[in-house]
Amino acid sequence: MKISCEKAAQLCSKVQYKEARFWEVLQLRFHLLYCQACAKFSKRNTTLTALCKRARLTALTKNQKEMMKKVVEEHL
Amino acid sequence: MGAHKLHPRTWVDRYADYLFNYTVARVSSADVAMDLVQETFLAGLKSAENYKGDAAERTWLTAILKRKIIDHYRKINSPKGKAEVRMRYNTHTDAEGAWLEEQVADPFNKDGSSALENEELGLAIQECIARLPKKQALVFTMKTIQSMSTEAICNTMGIHPSNVWVTIHRARVSLMQCLHKNWF
Repeated sequence: MKISCEKAAQLCSKVQYKEARFWEVLQLRFHLLYCQACAKFSKRNTTLTALCKRARLTALTKNQKEMMKKVVEEHL
Repeated sequence: MGAHKLHPRTWVDRYADYLFNYTVARVSSADVAMDLVQETFLAGLKSAENYKGDAAERTWLTAILKRKIIDHYRKINSPKGKAEVRMRYNTHTDAEGAWLEEQVADPFNKDGSSALENEELGLAIQECIARLPKKQALVFTMKTIQSMSTEAICNTMGIHPSNVWVTIHRARVSLMQCLHKNWF
C-alpha cells in the first residue's frame, strides 16, 4: 500500500488526466493522508490542470507542423 | 549586432504553437490563423538580413505576425466602405428608446477582462512549453492540448505507456515551476 513520494507524484500527474487505475488512485489517496509535501504538490498539479483548461489552448497538429517545416525548408 | 541570432530551422518547433494561439484569438478561423503563421515564418526568412538581434527571436516573429494580421484585415475589408465604422443605436424593438446608457458595458460583467487574462495565460503557458525539452513539449501538448489517447501517443512516438506518463510528469513539474511566479 505504501508508495514513495516519487511514485506518488507521478501518479498524481496521471490522475490529472483521469487515467489512473482504481488501485493507483487508492495508493495515492493513502499517501496524501500522511505526506504533506505530496499533498501540496498535488494541489499545485491540480491548479496547473485548471490553468490549462482556462487558457483554452490550441495547438497545431504534428502533420501541420511538418507541412510548415517543409515550406520553411524550401525557402531557406 | 545584438545578442540574438536567428535559427529558422527551429522556428516551427519552438514558436508555431505560441504564434498560433496568438493568432487564433485575433482572427475568425484556425485555417486563417495557420496560414498567417506560415506567412510569418516566410516573411521572417525573407527579412532575416534585417534582423539586428536586438529583440529575441520570438518577439521579432510576433512583430511580423502582428503586421500580417493587420494586412489580413485590410485584405478582407478591401472593397471600400467595408472598413467604415458604422455606429448604430439599439435596433432591438423591445428596448425602450435608444439610450446609449443601455449599451454601456456592465461593470459587474467580468467577461471582458477575464478573456484578456485567459489569453495572457495561454501565451504564458505556450512560452513555458517552448522551454521544455522537445520530447516533453511534444508529449505534453499531444496529451493536454490535443487530448490524444495514451495509446495514440505511444504509437506516434514509439514509446511505452509508462514512458509517456513519466515524460508528462516531468513536463508538468517544469511547467509548474515556470508558471509559478505569475499564475499560482
